[in-house]
Amino acid sequence: MELTIGPIQGFWDAGHWSDFYARLAETPGVTKVVLGELVCSKRLPFYQTRMPEAIERLQTGGKHVAVTSLALVTLKRERKMTAELAGTGLEVEVNDLTALAHIPEHAPFSVGPLVNVYNEGTLSYLKQRGARSFCLPPELPLASVSRLAAKAGTTPVEVWGWGRLPLAISGRCYHARYHDRAKDQCQFVCANDPDGFAVDTLDDQTFLAINGVQTLSDPCANMSHDLTALEAAGVASLRLSPQHTGFFNIIALFHDLVCGRIDADELSARALPLAPGAAFCNGFLGGPNGISWSGRT
Amino acid sequence: MTAPAFLTAAEKAIPQMPPVLAFGLRLAPAAPAEHLLTHMARSILAKHSGLLARLGPYRHCRFALSASDVPMSFCLDLGKDPLVITVHTNPPEADARITGKLAALIGLVHGVWDGDALFFSRDLTVEGDTSAALALRNAIDDAELDLGAEIAALTGPFSNPAARIISLAESLTGVPFTRSGAIR
Amino acid sequence: MMELVCPAGTPASLRAAVDAGAHSVYCGFADDTNARNFPGLNFSRAELAAGVAYAKARGSKVLVAINTFPEAGNEALWHRAVADAETAGAHAVILADLGLIAYAAEKHPGLRRHLSVQAAAANPDIINFYAETFDVKRVVLPRVLSVQEIAAINREIDTETEVFVFGGLCVMAEGRCSLSSFITGRSPNMNGVCSPASHVTYTEEGQELAAKLGGYTIHRASKGTPAPYPTLCKGCFKVGSRTGYVFEDPASLDASELLPALAKAGVTALKIEGRQRSRAYVAQVVRNFRAAVEALEEGRPVPAGMLAQLTEGQSATAGAYNKIWR
Repeated sequence: MELTIGPIQGFWDAGHWSDFYARLAETPGVTKVVLGELVCSKRLPFYQTRMPEAIERLQTGGKHVAVTSLALVTLKRERKMTAELAGTGLEVEVNDLTALAHIPEHAPFSVGPLVNVYNEGTLSYLKQRGARSFCLPPELPLASVSRLAAKAGTTPVEVWGWGRLPLAISGRCYHARYHDRAKDQCQFVCANDPDGFAVDTLDDQTFLAINGVQTLSDPCANMSHDLTALEAAGVASLRLSPQHTGFFNIIALFHDLVCGRIDADELSARALPLAPGAAFCNGFLGGPNGISWSGRT
Repeated sequence: MTAPAFLTAAEKAIPQMPPVLAFGLRLAPAAPAEHLLTHMARSILAKHSGLLARLGPYRHCRFALSASDVPMSFCLDLGKDPLVITVHTNPPEADARITGKLAALIGLVHGVWDGDALFFSRDLTVEGDTSAALALRNAIDDAELDLGAEIAALTGPFSNPAARIISLAESLTGVPFTRSGAIR
Repeated sequence: MMELVCPAGTPASLRAAVDAGAHSVYCGFADDTNARNFPGLNFSRAELAAGVAYAKARGSKVLVAINTFPEAGNEALWHRAVADAETAGAHAVILADLGLIAYAAEKHPGLRRHLSVQAAAANPDIINFYAETFDVKRVVLPRVLSVQEIAAINREIDTETEVFVFGGLCVMAEGRCSLSSFITGRSPNMNGVCSPASHVTYTEEGQELAAKLGGYTIHRASKGTPAPYPTLCKGCFKVGSRTGYVFEDPASLDASELLPALAKAGVTALKIEGRQRSRAYVAQVVRNFRAAVEALEEGRPVPAGMLAQLTEGQSATAGAYNKIWR
């Protein structure tokens, strides 16, 4: 099982952003890195000029690099951003099908978790269109993952392995709404919560987290207990979603897990203090609902 | 972000069952009422074969319809073949129970007021299997039932005067005893 | 005249909508293939054929929504739905899944294809992609766009556009939301349901009534006051130091006042949400909107407050059509 590092979902300080990718370039156990802006086009200018250097470092470090598209493309500048991705010469991870419209027929690309690949028909269409890998939607149950991996054949299939789950994307910015600001005058207030801002129920149940226009799970997905089943299903890699602090410990733990040096219980016990939301979930794969957790609490 | 201020639904014009009528209903002997209702329900099912199909997996459920303004509940038992309706003072055991003003329950059958809105505003409440209750509501809405016409039809040669009496009762009480094409 | 596309959860609602002046009626089969897969709703094959005949005889069209995402290993159910919609004489199918659209374009080239709102196609590039690749004739726009953006999109595409004007309101980009399955295991994309009734409980706790979904508290109200249905994204939650409607108030969409602006923006069709509503509700909304689009067509002002009765007790919003909503 390989490890892929997904794009940063939150809004990080540019210095921290650069340091993160510099260190990631040197981190063992990581095969692929997807970077770029997934959630909000307004954030990109803060670190855009730092991207070429980060990419070069990652490539020098032996990492396979892809750049993500935005999750929801509506504005003119977002369309332009998306069109330009196709011209970078880098592998584009399509997270809104709009990106596909700009990728020449049969040119290679990868498919991210925010594209609705629920079945063989969609997978086959995208594969024939040039998809070189698929990170499946986190909502999918293991039975679907199995079938899709079988259909994908030699094309690698990836599954969400760690991090707050991307559950929804909206035109409305919840961070701006929380602070009683209009979206256009948000003053980038989401930077206060680089891993998202917890939303609890009125009865203090751990529930969701907001990240600008994105809604995340509050509990952190942790698929370590599903490793064997995912391997059996033919899944080629696990996606670890970056978090602002403690992430390199998480990578090391997963590296140890996939190499068989520790088991899922040990990983979970050691990772829990670092988990955003301070709780785990893995129920989309085999539980009654996404928020449920099959490991020890 | 908006502060929590729960919306108070505008007072829906669901009439209270008039006391005289409610009193009369309470005094009415259960056995003949059960007989009449069962007979009517069986004849409705015979005419609307799609109703059971629409209930799908809930076609053998026991449904309780409880009036909140009159101490009266009806049990529609589809587990029995042919079905049976019983009348109770206290709510009977059932897979799903729908409670609301008697006029709201009658109105639900006739498609007056939007059932969805009544459920959402809790003018109708559901206990037990919510899906079964929803299926019943949707199946009944599709069947375009008219209890007033059914009752009038049961009176045989007196169906015309009976229909007139029902229509009069409707305009006097505001309780929708017959089918309507508009929501109130 | 702008086309009115009206909901029908049952054959009775279909007839009611047609009689009330619907130009088109949309409906779905009674299974996982459509996004209103609620108990007691939707159409059998025979009911659809009868509905199409009823509508055609009165000059209306029937659109069949097959707008969930087919389950891996079970695509045949969705393929059959497309074939049966064509056999029944449907004017078009409304599809969301890329693979299913590709399938329909290949196997049923003569069957008109509309892109469902569940596909969340929110800009001209992706709309043109669907039009050029799969000959999609109409796109139902996601409810994240302002009227100005809709006008801008229409300037860059040849595809017809359809927009929601009344009824339930999704806060998230449709088809891009897993909140419901996160809490209940059942989602719009996979099962055609959101915050399903089967997972709803109302519990009296002291002087309060708690509305819960899958055991998670979505609302609390003092006993005796109405508690809104616990739709996940319209709940009252705690964030930081605040408590409130984090995502959206329990409001429904009413864009009736924007009809002139939408007409000017080049919108072809207006869609009314509510396949789960009663036939009487459908009839009334359709009648009012028909009067409104006729008034608009004849240059008369749209009757004001025509739907007050239907939104009474629930606040209404024009949603993202007004940019400030975001």
